[in-house]
Amino acid sequence: MVEQRTVVIGSDSGLHARPAALFVKAAAAAPVPVTIRVGDGKPVPARSMLSVLSLGARKGTEVTLEADGEDAARAVDELAALLARNLDVEG
Amino acid sequence: MSKAEPLTGLGVSPGIAVGPVARMAGRPELPAPAPVSDVDGEVAAAAAALDTVAKDLTGRAAGAAADAGAILEAQSLMAADPALADSVAELIRAGSDAAHALTEAFETYREMLAGAGGYLAERVADLDDVRDRAVAAVLGRPMPGVPHPGFPYVLVADDLAPADTVGLDPAAVLALVTERGSPTSHTAILARSLGLPAVVGLPGAAGLADGTVVRVDGAAGTVEVGVDPTAVGAAAGELPDYAGPGRTADGHAVQLLLNIGSAADLATGGGGPAAALRDAGIAAAEGVGLFRTEFLFLDRHDMPAPDEQQAAYEAAFRAAGGRKVVLRTLDAGADKPLPFLGLRPEPNPALGVRGLRVARVRPEVLTAQLRAVAAAARAAGAEVWVMAPMVSTAAEAASFAGAVRQAGLPIPGVMIEVPAAALHADRLLAEVDFLSIGTNDLGQYTMAADRQSGDLAELLDPWQPALLSLVAACGEAGRRAGKPVGVCGEAAADPLLAPVLVGLGITSLSMSARAVPQVGAALARLTLADCTELAGLAVAADSAASARAAVRDRVPQ
Repeated sequence: MVEQRTVVIGSDSGLHARPAALFVKAAAAAPVPVTIRVGDGKPVPARSMLSVLSLGARKGTEVTLEADGEDAARAVDELAALLARNLDVEG
Repeated sequence: MSKAEPLTGLGVSPGIAVGPVARMAGRPELPAPAPVSDVDGEVAAAAAALDTVAKDLTGRAAGAAADAGAILEAQSLMAADPALADSVAELIRAGSDAAHALTEAFETYREMLAGAGGYLAERVADLDDVRDRAVAAVLGRPMPGVPHPGFPYVLVADDLAPADTVGLDPAAVLALVTERGSPTSHTAILARSLGLPAVVGLPGAAGLADGTVVRVDGAAGTVEVGVDPTAVGAAAGELPDYAGPGRTADGHAVQLLLNIGSAADLATGGGGPAAALRDAGIAAAEGVGLFRTEFLFLDRHDMPAPDEQQAAYEAAFRAAGGRKVVLRTLDAGADKPLPFLGLRPEPNPALGVRGLRVARVRPEVLTAQLRAVAAAARAAGAEVWVMAPMVSTAAEAASFAGAVRQAGLPIPGVMIEVPAAALHADRLLAEVDFLSIGTNDLGQYTMAADRQSGDLAELLDPWQPALLSLVAACGEAGRRAGKPVGVCGEAAADPLLAPVLVGLGITSLSMSARAVPQVGAALARLTLADCTELAGLAVAADSAASARAAVRDRVPQ
C-alpha cells in the first residue's frame, strides 16, 4: 500500500543544515525506504543527505513523502510531523 | 641524537617554540586512472573510505563547538549518503577505479549544490572537503586539512589559505612553518595576529615528518630538527625580558593591553610549552584593550538575558584585577550573522548593517548591553571604557557617546575601521573620549580588498603606507585633543610595526597575550625619537614591502 503525505516545511532555515540532518537521520532509521519530492519534481531517497539538500526546500515549501510496504503509513506520518516543526528553535 | 644544521627560511613572526611536527596535508592528487581487476574489492574499498571519513567527522563533531559541530555532522551525513555510495559503485562497475569513481560521483552533487546558489552553494566547500578526505582515505594518503593530533604541535604546511585555517585551534598550535609564503602571506598575517612564531618560505619544510620535534625561531627564521624532545618545555626559558609597563627607552609611556573574548582569556597557568609566554604577557599587560563581547551572543535565538550578560562581563572585569578594560559593544551583523538579530542577508555584508549600524534596526540590543555593562562595572568596581565598532560619522559617535553616558558609563569611545572616520578623527574626538583603530578592517576598507581574499593578502598588509597615513591622521588628532588613540588590530602585535605606530602618535597597543613580551621588549630598545624616525620612513615608502624593509634596516637587531 503506497502511502503519501504532503507537508509544508516549518523550519526557519528550510530543509538545510540542522533540520536536514535531523530529517535524514530519522529517514535512515525508518523501517521502510521513504522518498521526498518538491511539487511534481523527481522523488529522491529521504535518507540521502545530498539528495535532500539538493531539493533546495525552504520554509513554506510544500514537499511530498512517499513510502510503500508494512509500516509505511507510520513512517511517513512521523517524518511529515518532523518536517512541519520549526527545528531551528527547538533544543 | 646528532644535531643537524638548522633549516633557514623567512622569519615573519618572532618567538621561539619547541614541539612535535603535525603536517597539514594538501588535497590528494589523483593518480592516472588504473584498470580494476577486482571490481568487488574496489567497491568495498571505496565504501570503507567513505565510512572512515563519516566516522572521523562524527567523532570530531562531538568535540566541536555548536556551529562547527553542525557543519561536521552535515559533512558526516554527506560521506554516509547511500545514494552517493550507489553512484560510486556504479562507476566502478563501469570500469573506473575507486579514487576516480569517488571524484566523479561527488562532482554530480557538487554541480547540483553550486547551481542552487545561496546557502547550498556555500556548502560546496564542505562537500569538496568530504571528497578530498574520501579520496585521501582510499589512496592511503594523510587526511587533508588542519591536523588534530590531540597535543600542542608545530603546524607544517606547504602554504596556508584562509579557508585552511578556519578550523585552527590557536591554543593547540605552537608555531607555523610553511614551505612557500612571504612576509605578506596569509600565514604570516595569521601568525602575527595570534602571536605565534612563524617561519615561511622554508625549503625543506616538506621533509619534516609528523612527530619530529623541532625548534622554531620566528625571529631568526630557523627550524632546527633533531632537538631533544625533553627540551619541549625549555623554550619558556627564552622569554624576552619584559615585565611592563610599556615604555620606550627614554620613558615615553605606551600602554600594552590584551585582546580577549571572555574572562577565560585572562586565566594564567594553562600549562604546556605554549603557556609560559602567554602567562608572561597576561601578567605584564596593563589592562584589556579589546574585550570582544560576541561570544555571549553566538548561536542564540534570543538575546541573552540581562543577568547572564552582566555575570559574563563582571567575570572579565574581576579577572582583569583592577586594570582598565576597554569593552567593545556587540560587533555582529550581515558579516557575522547572529540568528536572534533577524537581519536579512546582504549582497555585500562587509558594507552592510554591521557593528554599531545594527542599532539602527535593533536599538534595544545596544541599550540592554550597555545597561548590563554598567551594572557589571559597578559590581566589580572596575575602570571600564566602552567603544562601538564600525562607526563612520561624528553624528554616530555622538549618539553612541550619549547612550553610553546615559547608561552611567563615563568613558565612551569609538573604533576607527572606516576611512571616513579616520579622516574626521578630530570631529569624532570632539564627541568621545578615545579612539581605537582596528587596523584589519581599516585596511580592508582603505584598500577595498576583502579580508577573506587570499589573493589580495598584499593589499591587506598592515604596512601599506596609505593605511599608515590614516593611522597618522588619527594619532595627530589625538595629540591635538589630548585624548588617547590606540591600535587593537593585528598590526599592534608586530614588534617591528609597533614602534612605527608609536611614532605615528599611538598611545596604546592591544594584542594577544603571547605578543606582549615581544612587543614590550622591542619598544624598550628604542627612543620616541627613533620611533618617529621609523614612522617617517614607513609612511614615505611606496609599498608595504619597502616600508617593512626600510624599518627593518634601521632597527638594531
